[in-house]
Amino acid sequence: MPMRLSILIAEDSPVDRMLLSTIVGKQGHRVLTAADGQEAVALFQQERPQLVLMDALMPVMDGFEAARQIKRLAGDELVPIIFLTSLSENQALVSCLEAGGDDFIAKPYNPIILEAKIQAMHRLRRLQATVLEQRDLIARRNQQLLDEHRAAKAIFDKVAHAGCLSAPNIRYRQSPQALFNGDLLLAAHAPAGQMFVLLGDFTGHGLPAAIGAMPLAETFYGMAAKGYSSTDILREINAKLKQILPVEMFCCATLLDIDAKQGTLRVWNGGLPDGYLISADGRRTALVSRHLPLGVVSAEKLDDKFEHYPVAPGDRLLLLSDGVVESRNADDELFGEQRLLAALEANRDPATVFDEIEQALLDFHGQPHDDLSLVEVVVSRDALPMPPTVSATAHRSRPMDWSIRVELRAESLRNGNPLPSLLQILLQVNQLRSRAGAIYTVLGELYSNALEHGVLGLDSSLKCDAEGFKRYYEQRQQRLQSLVDGHVHLELTIKTDSTGGRLRICIDDSGAGFDVKKALQVQLGTDRFSGRGLHLVRRLSDGFDWQSDGRGLSVEFVWQAEA
Amino acid sequence: MAANEAAVEMFRIRECHMTITSQPSADGQELTIAISGRFDFNAHQAFRDAYQRQDVSPQRYVVNLQGTTYMDSSALGMLLLLRDHAGGDEADIRLLNCSPDVRKILSVSNFEQLFVIA
Repeated sequence: MPMRLSILIAEDSPVDRMLLSTIVGKQGHRVLTAADGQEAVALFQQERPQLVLMDALMPVMDGFEAARQIKRLAGDELVPIIFLTSLSENQALVSCLEAGGDDFIAKPYNPIILEAKIQAMHRLRRLQATVLEQRDLIARRNQQLLDEHRAAKAIFDKVAHAGCLSAPNIRYRQSPQALFNGDLLLAAHAPAGQMFVLLGDFTGHGLPAAIGAMPLAETFYGMAAKGYSSTDILREINAKLKQILPVEMFCCATLLDIDAKQGTLRVWNGGLPDGYLISADGRRTALVSRHLPLGVVSAEKLDDKFEHYPVAPGDRLLLLSDGVVESRNADDELFGEQRLLAALEANRDPATVFDEIEQALLDFHGQPHDDLSLVEVVVSRDALPMPPTVSATAHRSRPMDWSIRVELRAESLRNGNPLPSLLQILLQVNQLRSRAGAIYTVLGELYSNALEHGVLGLDSSLKCDAEGFKRYYEQRQQRLQSLVDGHVHLELTIKTDSTGGRLRICIDDSGAGFDVKKALQVQLGTDRFSGRGLHLVRRLSDGFDWQSDGRGLSVEFVWQAEA
Repeated sequence: MAANEAAVEMFRIRECHMTITSQPSADGQELTIAISGRFDFNAHQAFRDAYQRQDVSPQRYVVNLQGTTYMDSSALGMLLLLRDHAGGDEADIRLLNCSPDVRKILSVSNFEQLFVIA
């Protein structure tokens, strides 16, 4: 159905103007008329007609100039201009086009052809209007999306940076959009002094990946702060992701559990490219993916076996997302594993390896590349756990006098970790909160001594080199699996009064006992692998004692009441 | 058209750089899905269509990756969808003719624990 338009006719000849007005008016359009270019421009400004029929040669201002001005005034909107012309020289027609003309019609005017052109131009107008509308809509939506991303990122950062990503021994490069590329990086100090680092890469991009990252981060930080082991955290994250993610989504991840004090590194890599352990002397060990990504298999099918490596202060851990090796440059070449290995191979000083990889990526891409994550953690004993924040509404404590005694037998020794729950009980005592880290470390040392050397009878001197270290953990695993008898007793006693208080931790086990005095001496040596952590226990606590048969130890923490 | 021609009719779905075909075995027990070109997010619908055919109910699946030039993590996700469709832990799915690049991607994610890769 033909549309009625408002049409401006600019024509200096009164006869032609009249003729044209009649034709166009008969076709049902609203007609405006002008006798020269200037009048036409003025009328256009005033009435905003939708289409212009323009004579080329007119007094005062010719049609070319009028067309240019009208096009300028119309801006983004398409106002078709059809030149009325008897001009036949090509040069004059070219001038019409250059002035912004969209079509021509020659005299004498054929009403059918004229109406056909008007309707064709009108369709073009509508098309242009639709395109503009959609362009603006897309721009608005895109802006909206970016705003939402910013807000979501701000919320997520509160969760993701709850930990210690800003610790001096961590360096990382991750684009601000990383979350929406499915990458996430988390780091936390555990109460017992380890540092946990998780680099994850969700399949897919955008909001789904970002949403999956939320519960992962919450679980990671929540459990790390409560003193759960890296194995517990891994299992919980896998179970949670399996439960919430759709089948086709999962999270490739590497979890590092770095215990600088003990000189141990535990690594679990499911689906991320090789990470690297680079020792201070430049030796490089690949941290290879041995597992399915997180969120693929159910809890009972998850292989939660970590790999153990000895580490020393100054050793470096390098993790990267597949965005590093899979990034492509402008020529669509893949950065690839070979270039990464070449950069690692060329490195002479481990301290600069992070910069060198960044440089290699920059050289390859010619500009910073966005869709990748790179993180370096230096093994450091200085990175101390932050003391847990003391609740601002802490009540004044009433006097307390209680003890609990826990006996863990084979099945629980194999599968459980009693320490987080015990720590939670102890943290009910306000005065102990500021020392939660030390208490947890001491509990951890005592418990693993009792379990590994007492119940399992493992020989710590095995851990004299990297090979023995591996054997030690294999033996630990085997003996734990086949454990039938054996127990560890833990007793916690709290007594407080108006002057202060005392926590006493007693532990004994079913093992053969050991020579505490000798163990204390051995530890003074330089051998970093074979210690029993007793010096640490003695240093962190306020009292340390042992039974003569070496099967039981007790430790005290003492405090004075606040004034 | 002969009776069994309908059964071996090939579903062809063409996208920009990718073709996915699915073809049941003569006895209908096995469905072979062949992917040539890029196996990535763009293949999502075509891949689903390939295993959700209404005309067959196979016991076994073969994914022929002979012509697959590229594979990304969303392709891994699609394989998990197929596995789920084919019965989860009971699924019988073989991934055949993987190029070294494709095999590398499958092995980094340790997918040999879920699929037979040959």
